[in-house]
Amino acid sequence: MTYKVTEEGNVSTVFLNGEIDMDVTEKAKEVILPIVESGKEVHLNLKDVSYMDSSGISVLIESHQKALEKNTKVVVKEVSKSVLKVIMMAKLEQILNLE
Amino acid sequence: MNLSEAKDFPVSTASLKEVRVFSRDVFEKINLPQEQKDELVLAIAEAAQNIVKHGYKGVKETTDRMEIKISLNDSQLEIGFYDKGKPVVPGNVQHRKLDDIKPGGLGTFFIKQIMDGAVFKKDQEGWVNHLVLTKKI
Repeated sequence: MTYKVTEEGNVSTVFLNGEIDMDVTEKAKEVILPIVESGKEVHLNLKDVSYMDSSGISVLIESHQKALEKNTKVVVKEVSKSVLKVIMMAKLEQILNLE
Repeated sequence: MNLSEAKDFPVSTASLKEVRVFSRDVFEKINLPQEQKDELVLAIAEAAQNIVKHGYKGVKETTDRMEIKISLNDSQLEIGFYDKGKPVVPGNVQHRKLDDIKPGGLGTFFIKQIMDGAVFKKDQEGWVNHLVLTKKI
C-alpha cells in the first residue's frame, strides 16, 4: 500500500493505493488517525484500492468513529467496485459517509 | 473439472498477499465470473488471516508454516487450511453482531457469507487445526 496526502483548507485528502490487508492496516491507521485526531475533515480516496479485507474495513470504522468523537467527519470517496462490495457485505454503506 | 493445488506459507501477515496471489492463480484455471473469484479469494484470505491473528495470538515470531489446499471436484469446491497454532474450539468461532459497529470481528462473517460450509475437521496428521471451507460453484 502506498499513500499520498493533500490538504486544502480544513480538509485533508488521503489517497490510498494498492491492497489493504492486515499487513498494512497499522500503516494506514498511522496515516489517517492523527489527521482525524487533529480535528480536520478527512477524505479517504479509494479509487486506486483494488482489494480490501476485514482489516481494511476496521480501519474505515475506526476512522469514522474517531471522527465522530472529534466532531469532524471522514468521507470515503471514489470507492472501487471491489471495495464497495466488501463495504456492502459488512452492511456499512449506510454508516460510513460514502461519496 | 477436477483440480487440486496446495501451497504452504510462513505464518505471518506478510504472507497474506502471497495467499491471495496463489488463490488467484488457481482460480484463473476455473471458469467462474470474476466477481465470484474475488469473493473466494477474500474468504481464503480471511481464513488465513484468522490463523495468523487468532491461532498465533501473542506469538511475536514463528517459523511455523500454514498450508492451503484448493480442490475442485466437478462443481464442489473445497478449501483446506492446515496450521499448528492454538487448537481452535469451533464453538468459540463467532463473528460480531453486524449492528454492533466496531472494528474487528468481520472476517468470519465474510467467510460465512461467501462459502456454503465451514467445518473444523479432526483428521489432520501433523497439524493442529484443519479448517475446510466448501462451496458449490
